[in-house]
Amino acid sequence: MMLIDCPYCGERAQAEFTYERTLDSIVGLDMPVEEVLARLFSRANPRGEDRELWRHSFGCRQWLVLRRHRRTHAIAAVDPYAPDEPE
Amino acid sequence: MKRYSAMALLRAGLTGQRGWERAWRDPEPKPQYDVIVIGGGGHGLSTAYYLAKVHGVRSVAVLERGWIGGGNTGRNTTIVRSNYRQKPLHDLFDFALGLWEGMSDELNYNVMFSPRGALFLGHSDADMTQLAQRGDALRCSGIDAELMTREAVHRLVPLLDMSPDARFPIHGGLIQRRGGTARHDAVAWGYARAADALGVDVIQNCEVTGLVMAGGRVTGVETTRGTIGAGRVGICVAGNSGPVAAMAGLKLPIEAQTLQAFVTEPVKPMIDTVVMSQSLHCYISQSDKGGIVLGGDPDQFPSYAQRGLPIRLEKAVAEAIALVPALSRLRMVRCWSGTTDMSFDGSPIISALPVDGLYLNGGWCYGGFKATPGSGWCYAHLLATGESHPLAAPFSFDRFANGATIDEAGVGFMPQLR
Repeated sequence: MMLIDCPYCGERAQAEFTYERTLDSIVGLDMPVEEVLARLFSRANPRGEDRELWRHSFGCRQWLVLRRHRRTHAIAAVDPYAPDEPE
Repeated sequence: MKRYSAMALLRAGLTGQRGWERAWRDPEPKPQYDVIVIGGGGHGLSTAYYLAKVHGVRSVAVLERGWIGGGNTGRNTTIVRSNYRQKPLHDLFDFALGLWEGMSDELNYNVMFSPRGALFLGHSDADMTQLAQRGDALRCSGIDAELMTREAVHRLVPLLDMSPDARFPIHGGLIQRRGGTARHDAVAWGYARAADALGVDVIQNCEVTGLVMAGGRVTGVETTRGTIGAGRVGICVAGNSGPVAAMAGLKLPIEAQTLQAFVTEPVKPMIDTVVMSQSLHCYISQSDKGGIVLGGDPDQFPSYAQRGLPIRLEKAVAEAIALVPALSRLRMVRCWSGTTDMSFDGSPIISALPVDGLYLNGGWCYGGFKATPGSGWCYAHLLATGESHPLAAPFSFDRFANGATIDEAGVGFMPQLR
């Protein structure tokens, strides 16, 4: 069982959270079509760390950014999601 | 290759079953091949087999990082069926099912294909409507499908909980009688042996670490056993497609997730068909050894861990016990996980990539095993001719950009929605 340290609620079981997508696949409304397609439909999918957008769906319902290792499931950081922050 | 037969077995019995040769050679990699297939799973090995058998391309190497049968080919729940909903999937999977039916003879290897029927349960009026619609679509494509009443389902699987207060009431079902199970390891071993006999080099313990590029074209691969040149390179590593494609600087419409399966202690025959519920996402079958094989949901977030979440296991077991209460008396002996290549529309990709000389067979989500022979057939065609096989043409790499997606579940384009 993974524990995710929600910045608002503290450590909670992974079952309370849902994965949404990688941070680099978030699409802006004013982006050109090519970039939107590239962001929506391709993933680096590394066998290592990636930055991911999660939501504490069955808790405080806040959006969170996880830096997580996909083989070990080690979570290096959990931050509140700030939409205007550069990636 | 010494042919396997009852007579050969009998004859060898007179000398204590000694003198059997190894099933395939253990060759050193040659400096150059016409085609290199990266990945020695069922799909990669069947690709190599059909390259040699159908297209006469004998200069082929299959490079496997680990050992044959050690990856996803040996980690699935061995279910074979073709009762999908979308036409391109009908065509591909039913072509594969046709090859399954003759596979043991074709390979001279008993893959224990057992067409014991693949049954979807319906738990509500809405489920039955959806199953009837699917059955109609299947029959329009010439694929067998039979809608079953509640009573017929009960006769087929007497151990189902049909009581009035059942947790998941059963209204009926849809069965594909030609569906069933096969012995998954034997599929990999059978293709490896048959491909080897046609001159294919099956090279184990050989991990691809990079691609050799010249003039914007892939001309070979770097491996842990040296550099190997190739006319064409086919990636066939579902579960690890992302990291391999990254060697060519490509990002794919694929995300890796974990899917687990479990097996109970072996018991006498109690369920002689494959029982599946797509509403619950639980599937139950009994192996020839007697163990009840169970599967459930993927973890629904990216992972290469090859170990699944306990809550997924708990959910699948709870559903299976609710459907077949007798299962509660069995002990679970093993659980394991595989890494699935979750594509964005739930359908595979068999396609050329935007880099010359490089091809992809992947994105099989959690449904790749049943496609093994058809996937290899189509991929061999692509690697031999450079052109997509008509059955594989809809499964192109660029279908996401041009909108021609094949969304079996009809839920939108995110890998974790499958």
